[in-house]
Amino acid sequence: MPTVHSLDRVVIRFAGDSGDGMQLTGDRFTADSASFGNDISTLPNFPAEIRAPQGTLPGVSSFQVHFANYDIMTPGDRPDVLVAMNPAALKANIADLPPGGVIIADTAEFTKRNLTKVGYEDDPLTDDTLADYQVHSLDLTGMTVAAVKEFGLNRKDSSRAKNMFALGLLSWMYNRPTEHTLSFLAEKFAKVPAIRDANITAYKTGYAFGETTEAFAVRYEVAPAPMPPGDYRQISGNVAMAYGLMTGAQKSGLPLFLGAYPITPASDVLHELSKHKRFGVTTFQAEDEIAAVGAALGASFAGHLGVTTSSGPGIALKAETVGLAVMTELPLVVCDIQRAGPSTGMPTKTEQSDLLQVMYGRNGEAPVPVLAAQSPSDCFNTAVEAVRIAITYRTPVVVLSDGYLANGAEPWQVPDLSTIEPIDPGFATETNGVDAKGNPIFLPYKRDQQTLARPWAIPGTAGLEHRIGGIEKDAETGNVSYDPANHEAMVRTRQAKVDGIAAALPELAVDDPSGDARVLVLGWGSTYGPITAAVRRVRATGRSVAQTHLRHLNPFPRNLGEVLRSYDKVIVPEMNLGQLAMMLRSKYLVDIQSYSRVRGLPISLSELAVDLESEIDSLSGAEAQA
Amino acid sequence: MSSNTVTPPERKGLLGVPLSVEPLTRKDFTSDQEVRWCPGCGDYAILAAFLGLMPELGIRRENTVIVSGIGCSSRFPYYVDSYGMHSIHGRAPAIATGVATAREDLAVFVVTGDGDALSIGGNHLIHALRRNVNVTILLFNNRIYGLTKGQYSPTSETGKVTKSTPLGSVDAAFNPLSVALGAEASFVARSVDSDRKHLTEVLTAAAAHRGSSFVEIYQNCPIFNDGAFDEIRGRDSAEDALIRLQHGEPIVFGTDDRLGVRRDRDTGALEIVETSEVAVSDLVVHDAHAEDPSYAFALSRLTSVGELTRAPIGILRSVERPAYDDQAREQVTIASGGVTADEAQLQQLVLGKDTWTVAG
Repeated sequence: MPTVHSLDRVVIRFAGDSGDGMQLTGDRFTADSASFGNDISTLPNFPAEIRAPQGTLPGVSSFQVHFANYDIMTPGDRPDVLVAMNPAALKANIADLPPGGVIIADTAEFTKRNLTKVGYEDDPLTDDTLADYQVHSLDLTGMTVAAVKEFGLNRKDSSRAKNMFALGLLSWMYNRPTEHTLSFLAEKFAKVPAIRDANITAYKTGYAFGETTEAFAVRYEVAPAPMPPGDYRQISGNVAMAYGLMTGAQKSGLPLFLGAYPITPASDVLHELSKHKRFGVTTFQAEDEIAAVGAALGASFAGHLGVTTSSGPGIALKAETVGLAVMTELPLVVCDIQRAGPSTGMPTKTEQSDLLQVMYGRNGEAPVPVLAAQSPSDCFNTAVEAVRIAITYRTPVVVLSDGYLANGAEPWQVPDLSTIEPIDPGFATETNGVDAKGNPIFLPYKRDQQTLARPWAIPGTAGLEHRIGGIEKDAETGNVSYDPANHEAMVRTRQAKVDGIAAALPELAVDDPSGDARVLVLGWGSTYGPITAAVRRVRATGRSVAQTHLRHLNPFPRNLGEVLRSYDKVIVPEMNLGQLAMMLRSKYLVDIQSYSRVRGLPISLSELAVDLESEIDSLSGAEAQA
Repeated sequence: MSSNTVTPPERKGLLGVPLSVEPLTRKDFTSDQEVRWCPGCGDYAILAAFLGLMPELGIRRENTVIVSGIGCSSRFPYYVDSYGMHSIHGRAPAIATGVATAREDLAVFVVTGDGDALSIGGNHLIHALRRNVNVTILLFNNRIYGLTKGQYSPTSETGKVTKSTPLGSVDAAFNPLSVALGAEASFVARSVDSDRKHLTEVLTAAAAHRGSSFVEIYQNCPIFNDGAFDEIRGRDSAEDALIRLQHGEPIVFGTDDRLGVRRDRDTGALEIVETSEVAVSDLVVHDAHAEDPSYAFALSRLTSVGELTRAPIGILRSVERPAYDDQAREQVTIASGGVTADEAQLQQLVLGKDTWTVAG
């Protein structure tokens, strides 16, 4: 019997050809780990090509899962275990594996031809190149084909179950529960019994292989992480976003209308919402990005909750219509699931480089509230809040997510929806003014004094007929107006309305446990995980560092200036060239230090931790010299 | 050949739109805004016809929505006292698709122009027609960009000299009816700003049609393209220039019906013949309900290319096919069984299937 070692945390990377089913394998391992009670964080990484040439480096698809017995913040920088289904997968990922790491490789794919394809002259599994690692060379394909022989599949179909063999083996190694994956496979392949049985058998055989072979001397255990009591599930950012939008619609009593055009990595929000029509959700796959947002705005005009989802290139196309929504002051939620740009950029890779686009990428003075989610499950909260702001203030609102949050998954304590405050659409039903003759009239731009929101009178309401549009309008009647003073007042009022949202927002809280930190790390969006993990690491060395994270990028929290000025040094890590840093500098005249990484990947926590340590040390060092 | 009348006896396109309790008048639909088109603009006549026919539709004013894009014609919503949106250039069909899909109880009109609908907004136009969204589209075709002061448009004739084409345009022009038919439109018609009676008839039929109704309206721009429609509007020339289509009637036109339309047996194309030269049985009898759109397409090609000297007007095509918005709403209704799922059901969905509980 192998010995069982207890570990706090493990990072596994499943890597193979894009047709090898690595995303599914990683997903299942994650689900089983989550249901076991570990904290988890995942990083799927796949090529934009659906099927890049087989066995090549561009065709490698991987899925990294980090699971632990404590609350973890990132999918991990470097894997402990690399499952390499072919030479390309090994070559593309080996640099990330620290010495001593475990490699499990499928020898069946390490043929002369496949090795040559990726530039290996000799087989790395048999020469000395991998001497620093613990290598398990296994004929995963061969064992899978032999195990599923009885189901009469051809060799190609038989060998396709090898990912389940690998999953079974890893599930044995890490003591994962198996019942969920077994029922998942039974359901997923219910229509093709031979495939279903082959996958189940491959999975079970992989597990049994671990148990019977003597190749593995150690088996590992990662105990459940302590978590607050409650009901949990695993959730990805895009699904959380869809549920948040639906919850916002439910809470406001409005039907949800999504206009969307397929785009990576946002399409899954469209897919998810299109499944839930019974909740009054209409999904419109438009002819283009412009029509998607146009139809959503039309639906809002008609009294629905208009939503559009996209990524950077699509958001660029929607800009003019978002401007129209600013002018017509109608609720609209615009979700930007950012990806690496510019232009087409790297569609399947993550980045935070649309901040300035959504803030300023419109003609005229066109302020729009902007919120950013900080983790996959936080997409839910952010979406609900965006709906609340859009409806309360009659304004388009941008929600920023990114590819890392969209596809990444984590455990989520499912909220009790009844604890979420209702949202009152407060449709106008009566006239709100009188004309020169004293007759009651409707003034579509006469504002609520507190929120500066205008009345939302929907078609079908008798007596409130009115016209809106993109032309500047009179401050009350909404009629076309080219009056200079009126335009100035309207420009300033639209800005004041958005600025005024800050009054209703909580103040920004800073995490500074020692109370004597002189360096503040400030982030936004998906860098929350890496920053938090890096900050913990820095604090573990005895250094003090403060951390805070912005959900609201427009308007900023009321006390942000004060927070920034309370520290000697403010470091802003971003996956762009310093977009938030620029906004902070211009607004608060504080010398923000930008920390930029644009590799299409989340910021490395270990790199950030080291860099933060030297920043902290340089501050105290400079003083020692002075 | 179908014996149905072109105007359906039912108000199919307006089903679901509540009727006005009190009869409305033209005045009820007239807004308090001063109309600001140039003197002599064809838009005035179209607005007058529209305001005249709206009360006749019997629907409530508050359930009428007019969406426009950008251009002279797109000021239209300001002058009608209904709900309206003067949106952005080319996007009116997309916005109207959202309005129409969200609300069955609204009569939705799109007012657009040749630049708005066929140039910057071409994509939205063809896709609205393809989907057959229940909207009535009025395309004011003056064959010029008016609001930007006189550049050639996608319907301007080749060779047109304008501010942006001092040596003449080298663009080939669109035939809007051909475009609409190519985009699978279920209702395609044409009328002329100066013919109030014809325009009213065509627009009434368009509103009654369920699905996208496309109406091209020849509209004179007295400032930048004056005279573009003189041939078809002229007292003397109009009779020979306009091919008036009447469903179920042989297609004849001109003084004393001296001209007619015949199908060329070899090519299948339609051609104009002297009625005295052919047997009456050789003349095409207009069938707006023909399933095959190639007939209506052939009709649309009778429009002269270049200077406008000949054009069919009336309803070229009116066929029934499911409307996008009806079907989209039906999917929602069927999925919910008529009762929208409540918060408890949403809670169940959000919990999902693979839930685990951490005990307190």
